[in-house]
Amino acid sequence: MALPAKLVQEFDELVTHYPQRRAALIPALHRCQEELGGWISPETMEALAEYFAIEPVEVYGVASFYPMFRLTPPGKHVISVCHNISCELRGATQIMEHVCKKTGTKPYGTSADGKFTVWPVECQGACANAPMIDVDGVYHEDLTTEKVDSILGGLA
Amino acid sequence: MKPFEKYLLNRTTLPNSHTLAVYQANGGYKALEKVLKKPMTPAEIIAEMKASNLRGRGGAGFPCGMKWSFMPDPAKDPRPRYLAVNADESEPGTCKDRVLMEKDPHGLIEGCLIAAYAMKLQAVYIYVRGEYRKSYDTLLAAIAEARKAGLVGKRVMGTDFSCEVWMHKGAGAYICGEETGLMESLEGKRGHPRPKPPFPAGFGLWGQPTTVNNVETIFNVPFIVERGGAWLASIGTQNSKGNFLCGISGHVNKPGVYELPFGVTAREIVDEVAGGIWKGRKCKAWFPGGSSCALLRGEDLDVVLDHDSLRAKGSSLGTAAMIVMDDTTSIARVMEIIARFYDHESCGQCSQCREGTQWLAQIFHRIATGHGKPDDVATLESLAKGMAPAKTICALADAAAIPTLSAVRIFKSELEECIRQAKDPLAPPRIEYAGAH
Ligand SMILES: Cc1cc2nc3c(=O)[nH]c(=O)nc-3n(C[C@H](O)[C@H](O)[C@H](O)COP(=O)(O)O)c2cc1C
Ligand code: SF4
Ligand code: FES
Repeated sequence: MALPAKLVQEFDELVTHYPQRRAALIPALHRCQEELGGWISPETMEALAEYFAIEPVEVYGVASFYPMFRLTPPGKHVISVCHNISCELRGATQIMEHVCKKTGTKPYGTSADGKFTVWPVECQGACANAPMIDVDGVYHEDLTTEKVDSILGGLA
Repeated sequence: MKPFEKYLLNRTTLPNSHTLAVYQANGGYKALEKVLKKPMTPAEIIAEMKASNLRGRGGAGFPCGMKWSFMPDPAKDPRPRYLAVNADESEPGTCKDRVLMEKDPHGLIEGCLIAAYAMKLQAVYIYVRGEYRKSYDTLLAAIAEARKAGLVGKRVMGTDFSCEVWMHKGAGAYICGEETGLMESLEGKRGHPRPKPPFPAGFGLWGQPTTVNNVETIFNVPFIVERGGAWLASIGTQNSKGNFLCGISGHVNKPGVYELPFGVTAREIVDEVAGGIWKGRKCKAWFPGGSSCALLRGEDLDVVLDHDSLRAKGSSLGTAAMIVMDDTTSIARVMEIIARFYDHESCGQCSQCREGTQWLAQIFHRIATGHGKPDDVATLESLAKGMAPAKTICALADAAAIPTLSAVRIFKSELEECIRQAKDPLAPPRIEYAGAH
């Protein structure tokens, strides 16, 4: 697989921000995940390795280190639920339970229809507005189970 | 609480506070203008920074002016040099830098430019945790606006000073907030902290002289330049100067991010600022500055929230993120979560940390679920003592050991009771799922 021309163009600009091209690898992984199916496939790793002139295993080493990069394909919507301390003190467990029930998933699982992936995550820096979830990259804070219902109801 | 003047958050409540127009209409870029047009020399700025006694807001509290003065003199060491702004903000309980980045991005950019001028460097990287998309996008747009107005890039304000400010995204690893982990990550590698020495001022990003500062630290800089170091040094207590952002979370009526002067007590913050403990309950325990510092008891709330006072109580200011727990809270459950966090985030380079965090997580898990063994509390203590102080490449091992040691010291009988009864009497509802790494 070759990287889409649009991404190559972006990366060609990105690498000029740094004295060494390799520094653009993590931002490039983000863009690939956003544009190429919500995960980092082996093909993406190979294409990035070629672009950065490094070994695919190096790309794998980096991608696998960082929790935000998925190495398996997620459902259509990714719901990250914070399960760290400030959220737990304000009901994160109930939110997790509710999200799982409403989406028919388990933590770290994807619903049978492929629509939802639910992922417990560590502190997201929304502690003063706990509990929180992140849906497809957007924070939802000060949650109640009712709010979760309306957020999930708005997802196609 | 005595009345005090705010300066950090004043602009954040204005409509369109993120725009250049609103920033400039409220005194923005005046400090940079003073620096470039007066002009001030880099040495004069560093002298003001030292006089202000501003200490880093990222957790370690290192004096900022002194850190800047460690950068080698370019006349003797002409290598390229960098400032990396630490916007990784991942310490549990900490949510303050985000407010500045989302609501007052130009304040941070102006601070970056002045810091760059003072340390004679031409490139700044702002390393934002990947989850903070709004902070990233807001800063990116603000930098573009500033560039268009001739404030970022070549010949800033038409002077000989040039400086680029680049945004950079992390990807969810707490360890990349540790300054050398951050540098490895910015270079496009796994975020494995580097042994020190060499220190970043000599060998940092790409092996070049580098300073790493927290967002809130840099945000203070334009105010110090405009009003003078002596002004900041007139606010606060003996060794903790200025106002600071206190994020308060957990069991209070009004959690939030508040600006306060050093010198207020934790009780004033809980009762007068955060509306008291919720549901009319009492405070059982609290972290003064994120999960990496020692737990304190409810009775300790009268302590002043500053570096020296908290140290005297056996804890530390950390990120000034207060996490407050009411008297129904299970300490076993709290510690189970915190230990799981450090286990999840350990980079694995040091055996004491890799193995130690895993053991702490397992033991707190079994205590919290009624499967504790008779000598578990003693085991926790000896494990934590084997991890810290300063036994590993970076301070993550300490960050896991410190709260553990405080919990076994202060709440020993509660943990032992969970073991004796083979259940945690205070256990909240829970759902079981294994961790994914
Ligand atoms: C495990 C670990 C995580 C850290 N995370 C952060 C962070 O997210 N943000 C931050 O500013 N400092 C963090 N620090 C502190 C940095 O290493 C460094 O001291 C700080 O960024 C320096 O900035 P300052 O002097 O302006 O406070 C962390 C330290 C450790 C040991
Ligand atoms: S102390 Fe832990 S996180 Fe830090 S370098 Fe060692 S293993 Fe990695
Ligand atoms: S603990 Fe959930 S956002 Fe910080």
